[in-house]
Amino acid sequence: MELDLVELSRLQFAMTAMYHFLFVPLTLGLSILVAIMETVYVMSNRPIWRQMTKFWGTLFGINFVLGVATGITMEFQFGMNWSYYSHYVGDIFGAPLAVEGLMAFFLEATFVGLFFFGWDKLSKVAHMIVAWLVAIGSNFSALWILIANGWMQNPVGAEFNPDTMRMEMTSFFEVVFNEVAQAKFVHTVSAGYVTASVFVLGVSAWYMLKGRHIELARRSIAVAASFGLASALSVVVLGDESGYSASHTQKMKLAAIEAMWETHDAPAPFTLVGFPDKEARETHYAVEIPWAMGLIGTRSLTKEIPGINDLVEQAEEKVRSGIIAYDALMTIREQRDATPEAVRLSFEEHSADLGFAFLLKRYVDDPREATEAQIAQAAEDTIPGVAPLFWAFRIMVGLGFSFIAVMAYFFFMANFRTMQFPRWALRLAVIIIPTPWLAAELGWFVAEFGRQPWTVDGVLPTALSASHLSVGDLLITLAGFVTFYSVLFVIEMSLMVKYIRKGPYMDVAETDAWMERHEHRLRTHDGKGPFADPSDPRTSGATPAE
Amino acid sequence: MILHEFLSFELLRVVWWALLGVLLIGFALTDGFDMGVGALLPFVGHNDVERRVVINTIGPVWEGNQVWFILGGGAIFAAWPPLYAVSFSGFYLAMFAVLAALILRPVGFKYRSKRDSQRWRNGWDWALFVGGAAPALLFGVAVGNVLLGVPFHLTEDLMPMYDGTFYGKFLGLLHPFAILTGVVSLSMLLMHGAAWLTLKTEGMVQIRARNIGTIAGIVAAVTYALAGVWLAFGIDGFQIVGEVVKDGPSNPLHSEVTRGGSWLAAYTARPWIAIAPIMGFAGIALAVRGLREGFEVSTLLWSKLAITGIIASVGLTMFPFILPSTVDPNSSLTVWDSSSSHLTLFVMLVMALIFMPIILAYTAWVYKVLWGKVTEEDVTGHSDSVY
Repeated sequence: MELDLVELSRLQFAMTAMYHFLFVPLTLGLSILVAIMETVYVMSNRPIWRQMTKFWGTLFGINFVLGVATGITMEFQFGMNWSYYSHYVGDIFGAPLAVEGLMAFFLEATFVGLFFFGWDKLSKVAHMIVAWLVAIGSNFSALWILIANGWMQNPVGAEFNPDTMRMEMTSFFEVVFNEVAQAKFVHTVSAGYVTASVFVLGVSAWYMLKGRHIELARRSIAVAASFGLASALSVVVLGDESGYSASHTQKMKLAAIEAMWETHDAPAPFTLVGFPDKEARETHYAVEIPWAMGLIGTRSLTKEIPGINDLVEQAEEKVRSGIIAYDALMTIREQRDATPEAVRLSFEEHSADLGFAFLLKRYVDDPREATEAQIAQAAEDTIPGVAPLFWAFRIMVGLGFSFIAVMAYFFFMANFRTMQFPRWALRLAVIIIPTPWLAAELGWFVAEFGRQPWTVDGVLPTALSASHLSVGDLLITLAGFVTFYSVLFVIEMSLMVKYIRKGPYMDVAETDAWMERHEHRLRTHDGKGPFADPSDPRTSGATPAE
Repeated sequence: MILHEFLSFELLRVVWWALLGVLLIGFALTDGFDMGVGALLPFVGHNDVERRVVINTIGPVWEGNQVWFILGGGAIFAAWPPLYAVSFSGFYLAMFAVLAALILRPVGFKYRSKRDSQRWRNGWDWALFVGGAAPALLFGVAVGNVLLGVPFHLTEDLMPMYDGTFYGKFLGLLHPFAILTGVVSLSMLLMHGAAWLTLKTEGMVQIRARNIGTIAGIVAAVTYALAGVWLAFGIDGFQIVGEVVKDGPSNPLHSEVTRGGSWLAAYTARPWIAIAPIMGFAGIALAVRGLREGFEVSTLLWSKLAITGIIASVGLTMFPFILPSTVDPNSSLTVWDSSSSHLTLFVMLVMALIFMPIILAYTAWVYKVLWGKVTEEDVTGHSDSVY
């Protein structure tokens, strides 16, 4: 039953996290696109940009609210379902979550209300600043969450304290400037920008196909394609950076993604496709590109990338070293006030491998009593599921490159071919709307499934991290989340579709007033500033729009 | 990092205990009126326009207010990891109910106005009612259970274990005393929501809110007094045995705790803490008077004072206990043995000192921009920037 509980807890976490991440990427990207559109409005004063800001802002709002709502679950689920994890690493992991609240979430949530309700209460510039604050808040939020997540992948700036039986922070600076976290942050927000760009591009393309809202659609495509192209390039570059950092921080994950069973002479080839077989420990029908893996992973022609078999051997040594640490820890605990110096020293020497001894807890209560077979099994357990990682990674990368191609095409057509898009291209843009979500979810799958069997790499096994709840508890909440989230998803999608079909709120009076003013300005020079507000009766004489 | 040595571990623990209180009170003062308004919604608004007025009084601010809850969770995780680990897993199903209610609420605010159908809107009105009333009640129930003690123990590895079956973990929370504290919490937040509506609305909505708020205030005062009496005569407190080590490692098992004596003994040891319940009762009395007389700004401020006093009284009464255990008192979490490390507490304090003033400043600015009553003309006039 023990195993079932852990598996159910994992399933629930994966489900709620992946569901949460259906909304997050669009929030990250659309918040910035909306702020860009509003900035253009403030600078050009053209009502069409205001309509665009409001229209995409409405879709942003429908999406944003579910991101916030499902984020509540994430903040508390560590404590609910992963209580030993929370105790064991809360000293480090909790800090970025709290800073996220202080620095980012307060900012975005406080101003998002003003973004929707403040149109008549704020000046144009103030409202634009509010839009940017929402965008900055959302993106800072991602920064701190990825610092927390980066620490699970590469636990720097912390050490184990035997008195408190947990990891404790030794350097906040190292936790924040963790190389894994920094690369992941830019990779993840860029993926969000691509998601929003593909979304804006696709919806606008649909309008063009239907011959509706052409003015809005063209301008939206121009913004989305430029922003999307830059972001799609950034995703791939920073994805490469993540791969490079994995080659020295998470060797096993990298080897599993590449299905690299044996250590290959440098520079290793990259397996383009193949069928990894964990039982036989080989990849059938592999198509390899010589040198590519070595170049990507180590950025050199001489450094080796260790294969899975060698890494398992290393893991076995670490398990043995971990058992020594565990033994010393038990002595320290029993003789708290008078621990012999030799025991302390032995603990310090081996404490980095303590987590590997915990891998044995699945098989034996006291790791010191583990048999040779159990030690070998624990080392074997450090291999994550190779085939799912191998394929998920390849699909994600393939999608990433195709986004560059799509964005480059639309960027070119928008800027150099006067926006005459062929219908097949517009249809393609509509069809690919869901794909960035697929890529983003696969990305998380690779990152987190690839981290198994650990919650914190090399420190705390997943099997030990879960709360000691009953299977019944888990089944109740799991059923609850599935039902509840499914209903919310249907409601959200129906509202999205409804508001996309409805289209932007066209303020005819406002547009006409602006055009009149614009033409007047072209004909005469009456000395009024070119940025005079057309809806302001003092400058245009027209009736105010609302 | 040597800087953190300048503030002693003991001092940092007390400061973070106080900040935990500040966050909970901040949550109750801001999101509290959102919950109160949600729970009042079907009763103070009798038609769609009235209900939209009610919803739009909190429409622009609930998102920011809710962050107090999220930040509370994050801060407990960062500053009191064992508390975060034990309480949320120990109250597992109750937490799930709270989360479901709190998820329902934002969705309700945002989606209600997106369709014109009356059934759609009525459905969301009841969702908002549940989203406001259920957490308001359950938070009080949780506080009652903390005062009663919770059936958990820590293993030698400090792994939290929960004793009791489904009954013990969920229905067991519904001890009569906990239900009483739940009513204190619910009625207090109903009063607070009514005070908010008094400030932000006019006409029939305001009159109904003031009437319900008056009753809620009286109920809050009576149940709060009853809970105090029950605590004095019916519930044992907890005590740390022997020397209290205030700057030792955060390991609850290092200290010995027994059950016995009264929680209210704290008031003889530290008589000054009586200020908290006095604030609670005085705040309620003045808020109720304000609701009767129709005072607007001052009523909300008195209501805030009442909530501050009531929540502070729980923390001050229990100090230094945070989460006592009934089945293994030694596992009880106290201020001295369940905090983060010295360094983490220091870093987080620096972060809080930098960002809290900024947050308060821009939040105040947002409230200033939104100052003024929400009228029926407001919600019927420009339909695209209101709920």
